[in-house]
Amino acid sequence: MNFFALFGFEEAFDIDLSRLSNTYKSLAQVTHPDKFSQASDSEKLMAVQKSAQVNDGYQVLKHPLSRAEHLLSIRGIQLSHETKTLQDPAFLMQQMEWREQLEDVEHAADQEAALETLDKELQQHSQAQYIELQSLLEVNSDESDIQAADQIRKLKFMEKLHHEIELKEDALFDE
Amino acid sequence: MAYSEKVIDHYENPRNVGGFDKNDPTIATGMVGAPACGDVMKLQLKVGDNGVIQDAKFKTYGCGSAIASSSLVTEWVKGKTLDEAVTIKNTDIAEELALPPVKIHCSILAEDAIKAAVDDYKAKHTDN
Repeated sequence: MNFFALFGFEEAFDIDLSRLSNTYKSLAQVTHPDKFSQASDSEKLMAVQKSAQVNDGYQVLKHPLSRAEHLLSIRGIQLSHETKTLQDPAFLMQQMEWREQLEDVEHAADQEAALETLDKELQQHSQAQYIELQSLLEVNSDESDIQAADQIRKLKFMEKLHHEIELKEDALFDE
Repeated sequence: MAYSEKVIDHYENPRNVGGFDKNDPTIATGMVGAPACGDVMKLQLKVGDNGVIQDAKFKTYGCGSAIASSSLVTEWVKGKTLDEAVTIKNTDIAEELALPPVKIHCSILAEDAIKAAVDDYKAKHTDN
């Protein structure tokens, strides 16, 4: 399934998110299973499938990381369900350090401020990585796509770390 | 998802958590990560003159299965030579911990951590 085609987009990383959201709303409306209450069973089934595709496609295209992954899969590079490990000592050491810093937040005098500082640092790194990812995807060659795949793998670690920070923030607010 | 008793045991009482000085020539350091889940694992081996692993430590940020896999591996490699250690297969780890198919990548991470550590040791010792 090519979700770019489903939503009427060119196959590109940089997409207009408000147009995506509008297209989603109108597609979701026309494919909504409620509209097919009087239709035959096979038409109902098709509507359910179409509606599921529209929802999946929206989720995939909305998030930059899954959108990039989808773009690469259309170009023939599958990243999902991959079990290969990443072995980039410098990158992983940095990841380790950030996770240690996140652990140490508990001992900080101002936990909220410590979390915010860490999150800001991460966001800066992620942003730079996303800019590089975008330019690699724009090149659209075999070589740049392989590099883009590596960039996506690294961003997944950033994403996970960001998620952990959010969990910590939630825990702080609950106290 | 239910974890096996062995995973829970290693998760609740992880063996050999910690680290050594990575610049020490007798220390081998393996760093690996699993992009699918964002888990990060550091495995360090203390190697004697005879090439036998005297001690092992790990630090893992990840799920219970990833922590259990690395904890188990630190127990298994002690007393083995580096060449013996690299023969440990992810399937052995997965079987010992009764990991479900969706958690097999955790055992792959542990196997690759051993290999990365041994590679690091060899790289440190090829110059002389």
